[in-house]
Amino acid sequence: MIYQDSRLLLEVRGLCATVNGTEILKGLDLTVRSGEVHAIMGPNGSGKSTFSKILAGHSAYEVTGGTVMFEGQNLFDLAPEERARAGVFLAFQYPIEIPGVGNSQFLRLTYNTVQTHRGKEELDPLEFDDFVREKMKLLEMSPDFLERSVNEGFSGGEKKRNEILQMAMLDPRLAILDETDSGLDIDALRIVANGVNQLANKDNAIVMVTHYQRLLNYIVPDYVHVMEAGRIIKTGGKELAFELETRGYDWVGVEHKAATRAAV
Amino acid sequence: MSAPGTINAGYLESLLAGQPHLPVSPLAWLNALRAEAVERVGALTVPTLRDEEWRFTDISLLTKMPFHPVRTTISLQAADIGRFYIEEAATRLVFVDGVYAPQLSSGITDSGVAVINLEAGFGAHAAVIEPYLGRLTEFRDNVFAALNTAFLHDAALIVVPRDISVAVPVHLLFIATQKDVVSYPRCLLLAESGSAVTVIEDYVSLQEDAYFTNAVTEIALVDNARVNHIRVQREGAKAFHIANCAVSLARASNYQSVSVAFGARISRYNLNVQLAEEAECAVDGLALISGRQLADTHTCIDHAKPHAVSHQMHKCIVGGSAHAVFNGKIKVRQDAQRTDSRQSSRNLLLTSKAHVDTKPQLEIFADDVKCTHGATIGQLDNEEVFYLQSRGLSETAARNMLTYAFGAEIIERIPISSLKCQLEQTVLEQTTTQS
Ligand SMILES: Nc1ncnc2c1ncn2[C@@H]1O[C@H](COP(=O)(O)OP(=O)(O)OP(=O)(O)O)[C@@H](O)[C@H]1O
Ligand SMILES: [Mg+2]
Repeated sequence: MIYQDSRLLLEVRGLCATVNGTEILKGLDLTVRSGEVHAIMGPNGSGKSTFSKILAGHSAYEVTGGTVMFEGQNLFDLAPEERARAGVFLAFQYPIEIPGVGNSQFLRLTYNTVQTHRGKEELDPLEFDDFVREKMKLLEMSPDFLERSVNEGFSGGEKKRNEILQMAMLDPRLAILDETDSGLDIDALRIVANGVNQLANKDNAIVMVTHYQRLLNYIVPDYVHVMEAGRIIKTGGKELAFELETRGYDWVGVEHKAATRAAV
Repeated sequence: MSAPGTINAGYLESLLAGQPHLPVSPLAWLNALRAEAVERVGALTVPTLRDEEWRFTDISLLTKMPFHPVRTTISLQAADIGRFYIEEAATRLVFVDGVYAPQLSSGITDSGVAVINLEAGFGAHAAVIEPYLGRLTEFRDNVFAALNTAFLHDAALIVVPRDISVAVPVHLLFIATQKDVVSYPRCLLLAESGSAVTVIEDYVSLQEDAYFTNAVTEIALVDNARVNHIRVQREGAKAFHIANCAVSLARASNYQSVSVAFGARISRYNLNVQLAEEAECAVDGLALISGRQLADTHTCIDHAKPHAVSHQMHKCIVGGSAHAVFNGKIKVRQDAQRTDSRQSSRNLLLTSKAHVDTKPQLEIFADDVKCTHGATIGQLDNEEVFYLQSRGLSETAARNMLTYAFGAEIIERIPISSLKCQLEQTVLEQTTTQS
């Protein structure tokens, strides 16, 4: 939702980044204010996940230009864990499995670590168990998932739910959901979207990367951006997603080129 | 530089120096066994890197140290060693610098079950012991087992009679208290037909100077017996620990073992397991070392007869400039058809100077068998570290958590919960100080 007295959360200006010497992001601009929901759409390989992981602080990507400010602070001054503690959360497109690390132990440790850094109380194992079970209800997840290793053997959809469970626990300022809808069945999509909607409020913001307009019926975006070749080339309202659904991406690129040529 | 042979000879002579003072046993066969062992020590040499079985494990440091047999025994109080006690294992035999400490021990002699020291057990059990003591271990070609046997006069003895299950785990606790001392711990476990017992063989230290533990354990499982064997090597940081364990499984018996190696400057554990028809064993191990430690595990699982099962998972976590060695031989003899054998060696290197040599060895002479083995050596996965960091954990905490999880997979197989917690804590502490 767009609010009158919203605060500036994220400001990305001219972001350029390479991986293994190949330029992936080529001058990306994005502004996100509190309370807003943004959708980023765009063809495969256009750099959506790259952008998401750069915000989370993945070391495989080298930032070669531009700036990213998060709540008035240079995001690149923060280590990945400091970003998480400051309220940046990335729900991964492909959450990895961590055999041997118990899900409940992992969830409790991350929760308590983040709480401590935010100057809040830790929960002991029993209190945490109540807390996490409550959050799992929101996502209609069975408590059995607590007993297993992190994501190990989870189905694609179960992994995505486990990501949103972590989001629900960690209460981020800026949640980046990278294709959280991919791999979810129709019911799961509704449940997960419902969960996300309940977490959204006027102090935080959500950036969702998706290929499907369907998700946007459940989580209604204030802005829809089209990303191509490492840049955001068009921004519109939620109706842009419908137009993309019927017309594809080509026309956006054509339009963008014409506009850039005209500007020169 | 003098020839290696000369060094060896002098070294072994010096180690044997205490031997003639051993009391003569009333058992002729025991005296003969010792005499033969003394003779073998004379004929053998201390292994060097040129020996195939020792080519990764340099023990020259050991031969430079003048260890002597224990001269005076230290009297310990229960309060000194209480922290090593294992809640569930009230049955306990304690040896201090290799010498039996009756005041600290609480054995069993009840309905035929014996958990006592060997000297006390000879009277009632000499006949059942004779076929096993010194017969399971091949001391004739193993200088350390031969040395131990040359000094054999007392030991931890466990005899479990037919169809008896010993409900409470037995704790064999070997405590080192003196520097420059060599001790020769010895264990004999005889599980008669259909019996069951859980044994914890535990090596600890109350001091941090150099000493030498040279241990031999022999375990015999008669038909259908079940033995759980947990071995914990948590010697002092400058210790040398060389141990030989021989396990013989008769028909349809079941041997489950978890051995962990945390301590010692240099340690070597040889485990030989021989399986008869339908016998089953699970042999798991974890070496967690750092600094300049060297931990070597050599196992040989010998499928001598058909239809036996062996599963083995060995893990090493190596930090600092430590060096881990694993050599896992699986022998499947010609008539051991329908053998089912699985072996996996997984190794985690925490630093660029950490080093591991792993060598699975399959020797298969039967044709209808199922044998799989695999070895991996790796570092922590950066994607896993990043995932944990992206959830707020520091890089150090993330690495510790992953390292811990790697080791916990083995520790979790220990069926005694307080010991499991204790060791998990050790893993946690050690991984925390690594980074
Ligand atoms: N580690 C890497 N090494 C080499 N190339 C990479 C690496 N990571 C990403 N790329 C390349 O960067 C480009 C952008 O990838 P990215 O995953 O950001 O795309 P995406 O927009 O998320 O695509 P999708 O919609 O398929 O998820 C791709 O061409 C990809 O192959
Ligand atoms: Mg992607």
